[in-house]
Amino acid sequence: MKRTPWLLIIGLTLMWLLLTGSASPGQLLLGVAVSTLMTLGFRAVRPLHPHLRRPLSALRLFFRVAVDILKSNVAVARIVLGLTGKREVHSGFVDIPLELRDPHALATLATIVTSTPGTVWADLSSDDHVLTLHVLDLRDPQVTRDIIKHRYEHLLREIFE
Amino acid sequence: MNALFNFALGFAQLCFVLAMSCAAIRMIHGPRAQDRVLALDTLYINAMLTLLMLGMRTSTTFYFDIALLIALFGFVGSMALAKFLLRGEVIEP
Amino acid sequence: MTDTVLPAWALLPASLLLILGGICTLLGSVGLLRMKRFYDRMHPPSMGNTLGAGCVLIASMLISSALAHRPVIHELLITVFIVTTSPITAMLVMRAALHRQIARRDPPGKTDSG
Repeated sequence: MKRTPWLLIIGLTLMWLLLTGSASPGQLLLGVAVSTLMTLGFRAVRPLHPHLRRPLSALRLFFRVAVDILKSNVAVARIVLGLTGKREVHSGFVDIPLELRDPHALATLATIVTSTPGTVWADLSSDDHVLTLHVLDLRDPQVTRDIIKHRYEHLLREIFE
Repeated sequence: MNALFNFALGFAQLCFVLAMSCAAIRMIHGPRAQDRVLALDTLYINAMLTLLMLGMRTSTTFYFDIALLIALFGFVGSMALAKFLLRGEVIEP
Repeated sequence: MTDTVLPAWALLPASLLLILGGICTLLGSVGLLRMKRFYDRMHPPSMGNTLGAGCVLIASMLISSALAHRPVIHELLITVFIVTTSPITAMLVMRAALHRQIARRDPPGKTDSG
C-alpha cells in the first residue's frame, strides 16, 4: 500500500484557490477533487516517491538558501560592475564527489545550486558520484567543494535520506 | 509618498527597458545558438517583470494573468529550444 | 499613474523594492551583454531571475493588497513558477552548450566572443 501524498494534494489545492482568487466552499471542494484526482492519477506514472523526513530541517535549508542567494547576488553584481579591485576573476569547472543518492535530494541540490547566481550545475556523471559545477568566481576549488558538502549536502541528506 | 512611488515605477520601467535591450542585442548578436536561447530566456523574464510593473502603475489586476501566462509559456519555449540544441529534436519518439 | 491614494506602509517598501529589483534585473542583463565567454554569461541573468523577480513580485503583492484592502497573494504563483522553472532552463542550456562544444571539439579555454 502506497502512502497518500498529502502535501502534494494540499499544495495543489492552495494553487487552485490562488488561481481562482476566491475561497468559497464550492471552489474549495472543486480544488480538492481536482488535485486528488490528478495526484492519484499521476502516481502510476512516477514510480519514485519522496520521503520528507524532517520538515523543520527543510525550513532551515530554505532560510540558508535565501541568505546565500542574497550574498551571491551582491558578489555577482560586483563582478559585473568590475568592482573586484585589482583581482582578476577566473571562472572554471569544479568536480565534486557527492554522497547523496536520493534522486529528489539531487534534484533539490541542482535547483539550489543553479538558482544561486555564480554557480551553475553542469553535469552529474552517470554513476551518480561526481558533480561538475561551473563557478563564475573560482578562487579555490576546495572552498567550493566544502561549501557544497557542508552547507547543503549534509542538510539534504538529513532531510531526504 | 505618491511622488516617490511614481519615481520608483518610472525608474523600474527604465531599468527593464534597458535590460530588455541588452538581452535583445545579445540575442541578435549571438555569436552562437546557446547565447540566443539564453538571451531569449532573460528577455521573457524581463517582459514578465515589465508587465507586473505596468499592473502596479495602472492599479489593475489584469496584467497579472498575462504575466502568469508569459512565465509559463516562456519556460516552455526556451525549454524546447534548449532541448532542440541538446538533441536535435524536441519530442523524442 | 495611480489615481487613488495608497497607504504609506505599502508605498514606501514597494518603491524601495521596485528600485532594487530594477537595478538587479538591469545588472543581470548588462552582465549577459558584457561577459566575454559563454559560460560566464550563464551567471548574471540568474540575478534577475532570483532577486529581481522576487523584489518586483513582493512589491506587486504589497500594492495589490493595499488596493483590495485585503491580503492578495496570487503573485506567489508566479514566484513558484519562476523558482522551479528558471534553473531547469539554465541547466538545459548549460548541457546543450557543453554538448555542442564537445561536438565541435573546441578547446576548453577558447574565448567564445565575437
